[in-house]
Order: sequence, then C-alpha cells, then structure tokens
Amino acid sequence: MSRQVTVAVNGKSVSVPAGSTAAVAVAAVGLSQFRTSVDGEPRGPLCGMGICFECRVTINGRAHRRSCQTVCTAGMEICTDGP
Amino acid sequence: MSTKAADVVVIGAGIVGAACAWEFAREGMSVTLIDSGAPGGGATAAGMGHVAVMDDSEPQFALTRYSQQLWREIVDELPDDCEYETCGTLWIAADDEELAEVRRKQQAYTRRGIDAEVLDAAALARAEPNLRSGLAGALRVPGDLVVFPPCVARWLIAGATECGAQVRLGTAAVEISDRGVRLADDSLLPAGAIINATGHGAERLTPGLSLQPRKGHLAITDRYPGFIHHELIELGYLKSAAAVGTDSAAMNVQPRITGQMLIGSSRQTGQESTDVDMAILGRMLRRAMEYLPALARVSTIRTWTGFRAATADKLPLIGRCSSGQRSSQGRLYLATGHEGLGITMAPGTARLLVDAVMGRESAIPPEPYLPARLEKGDSA
Ligand SMILES: Cc1cc2nc3c(=O)[nH]c(=O)nc-3n(C[C@H](O)[C@H](O)[C@H](O)COP(=O)(O)OP(=O)(O)OC[C@H]3O[C@@H](n4cnc5c(N)ncnc54)[C@H](O)[C@@H]3O)c2cc1C
Ligand code: FES
Repeated sequence: MSRQVTVAVNGKSVSVPAGSTAAVAVAAVGLSQFRTSVDGEPRGPLCGMGICFECRVTINGRAHRRSCQTVCTAGMEICTDGP
Repeated sequence: MSTKAADVVVIGAGIVGAACAWEFAREGMSVTLIDSGAPGGGATAAGMGHVAVMDDSEPQFALTRYSQQLWREIVDELPDDCEYETCGTLWIAADDEELAEVRRKQQAYTRRGIDAEVLDAAALARAEPNLRSGLAGALRVPGDLVVFPPCVARWLIAGATECGAQVRLGTAAVEISDRGVRLADDSLLPAGAIINATGHGAERLTPGLSLQPRKGHLAITDRYPGFIHHELIELGYLKSAAAVGTDSAAMNVQPRITGQMLIGSSRQTGQESTDVDMAILGRMLRRAMEYLPALARVSTIRTWTGFRAATADKLPLIGRCSSGQRSSQGRLYLATGHEGLGITMAPGTARLLVDAVMGRESAIPPEPYLPARLEKGDSA
C-alpha cells in the first residue's frame, strides 16, 4: 500500500498516492477543466511534461502553476478557477 | 512611372504615420501611405501604449494634453483588440523629497485643467495593496489611458482607406527628391506633400536630423487580474527618461485589460542590436520588484526591445523640413523624434501636420516642434 497525501481541490478534500502531481488530484475529484482560456474555453493538461502550460492552476494562492509539474504536499490548496 | 500625384505621401505606417494618413484622408486629400514592413510593426509594436499627460516642459505638456483630448474623441470607436482602458497613472514618491515634487506636479497639472490628486502613504497603500510599505505617497492622474498601439494603427489605416487612401506595404522608400518618393522597386510616387514618419530610422531618408535611438526593454506577464489598478511609475522615471547618455532602468508597470502586466522600462544609448540584454532586463525587473515585491511570484511570458527616437531638446520634430528643402522643393515634412511619447502624441502630431500643409492655424502653437529649431545652419 502506498502512502496517501491529502490535498484540497476547490476546497474539497481528496487523498492521492504520495508522489502524485496536482494534476492527478484535480482529476481525482472528477474535474477535467483546470482553468479558463482568454476566450472563455475550458483548458486542461495536454503534454503532461511541463511544456504546454495548458494545465495551470492556482496552488496555495499562487496563480499559473503547472499542475503536471507540481507534486502534492499535505494540505496543499489547489484551485481551478484561474485564468 | 506615370502615377498621378497624390496630395500627400506618408512614409511609415507606425502609429504616427497611420494617424497622419487618417487625418489627411478625412480632410478629403488623396493620400498614399507606404511602409517597408507591416503596419504598426516598428516602435509602435514595442511600446507600452500609455497615453499620458507629461509636464517636463510647457510644449511637452501642450502636445500631450492636446493629443490626449484627441484620443478621447476616438477611444469609444476603437474595436476590442485595441484594449483601451482609462486606468489612470500613479506617479509614486518613495520619500519625502519625491513627495514634495508630487505636490509641485499636482499644482502644475490642476493649474492647467488636468485632474490630479495627491495620495498620502495610507491612501496609496489602499489604492495599490501590492506596493511595498513605506512609500511616501503618489500623484494620481485619473485621466491617463492605455491602448494596444499596433491595433490602433491598423484601425487608423482602415479608416484612412475608407476615405480613399491607398496603402502600399512591403516596399521601402529609398529617396525623397523634387520628383517625389522613390521606392525600392524603382517606382516613383509624385506628391504634393511628403511626410517622413519613419520613426527612429528617419535619417536614412532625411540625413542630418541628429536623432538618437534609445533602446528600451519590456516584459509581459501572464494574467493576474487585479494585481495592480493604475499604471504605476516611480517618480524617478522622469529623471531616468531625461538623462541622456547613461543607461537607466525605472519602475513602470502597466495593467492590461487582459489581466496581464507590462513591466518596463529601460533606456540605453549607443545600442544597435535588438537582442534582449539580460543585464539591463534583470536590473529593470529588480527595480520593479523593489516597488512590487509580489512580482517575484508572477510569471513573465515574453520579453522584447524597441527603439525610441530621441532629439537633443526632448521634443518631437513636426512640420516642414528646411534642411531637405532644396532637394524636395519645400514639400517635405517630418513627423518623428517622439522618444517615449509617440503613442501619446500621434493624434496631435497628425493635426499639426494637416494644419501646416493646409496653411491653417493650429489649436496649439506649432513653433516648439518645428524641425528648423535643431537644424544645422547649412542646409542640404
Ligand atoms: C520600450 C518602449 C516603451 C514605450 N512606451 C510608450 C508609451 O507608453 N507611451 C507612448 O506614448 N510612447 C511609448 N513609446 C514610444 C512609442 O512607441 C514611439 O514613439 C512610437 O511608436 C513611434 O511611432 P512611429 O510611427 O513614429 O514609429 P514606428 O512605429 O517605428 O514606425 C515607423 C514605420 O516606418 C517604417 N519605415 C521605416 N523606414 C522606412 C522606409 N525607408 N520606407 C518605408 N517604410 C519605412 C517602419 O517599417 C515602421 O513601420 C515607447 C517606446 C519603447 C521603445
Ligand atoms: S500539461 Fe503541458 S505543461 Fe502541464
């Protein structure tokens, strides 16, 4: 059994295996829209390797963090309401 | 070769040439606008698009105020891509000495009918919570506005075209002579009046103008809506902009309607390369972070450079060019030398030129901007 880490996505608690990225946590609560584009369209992970910047979310109050490159830590707050 | 003479040939489709083409065409004159590249692709695409009233000198004040009034007449018609917003300016005073200067400026602005108020330290902190604490105050000029210059240039050109102007892109002008404007493809455009609006490169067509290119760096961030609310400029920017011959970087951060921020700005002379210079870029960004520490947590998505065309007395060259007189029979007019204020001053520049060509009186005295003031005794 792998160790679990608990984070909050849009205020909702979710546990993911230790070492998971924030993108995993967002997906784990059932969301596919990670942010909203300039033209109001939904956006989510595309490359999964830090290149495309499509997966940006707000992490602990800091906007435009790449969720596919940020490993979850206990108590991390992730928000998908960002631009 | 047998082209019919246009009333006016405007060379250069930056914001200045575009504004000229539009004003001349609206007067019913036949206009040909030429540019070697894309419209608005020169300094106009590099600038910040801050339309500000500035009081370094009486003529600078007169032309920036007049131009800002003209901007107000068009902003409501601008399409969304021109990103127009009246965000106002905060001139930030770091200490009491600068605050004394803020008070002096406030009086100078209000005396001439421009709204301006002094914010004390507490009011400044309330207005812009992301500024560091310990600042002395600021001058708030609420009427200053922001646009996205290349799209405005495109809009002005479309307006000129609707009034019958011809636009020729992709071919450089190589010579201005008594027969007209000769292009790189060897065609000749005969003209009643010729406007050299080619920005910092104007001397290539009209030698002897003593324009000094001053390189500037800018950075743009990702979208952080509400991070700042006004264009924030350190009062020391004025010293930095006025100092000739030394490299400088001053805090000038602008909120865009998209939630992005434009971070400026630097000034360097003696530079020819358009490359980003990491040393001065770093200095500029550190300066901005001294005022806005939270910028350290913001992502920048692009950096670039541009050149301002500086004159010896910090005023633009607008009006008939007498040094080129013999070869162009007095038909050559200049519209360049705006340094860091060409976006602001474009509409006023165009009106002054229309008045000069049509022999009309102008709304403000044109003499301080006439090229003759800086011309060397001997004309070409
Ligand atoms: C970093 C920076 C920040 C700035 N911020 C501001 C600001 O906030 N507010 C403000 O008011 N101003 C600002 N400015 C200044 C402003 O950008 C310029 O003053 C203004 O864009 C000048 O416009 P222009 O039309 O004269 O020149 P340009 O935009 O350079 O246009 C000249 C045009 O002429 C064309 N051309 C050149 N040679 C030829 C030729 N031989 N034949 C045909 N075409 C030719 C070029 O292709 C170009 O399109 C800033 C400038 C810089 C560099
Ligand atoms: S998915 Fe491409 S950067 Fe994260």
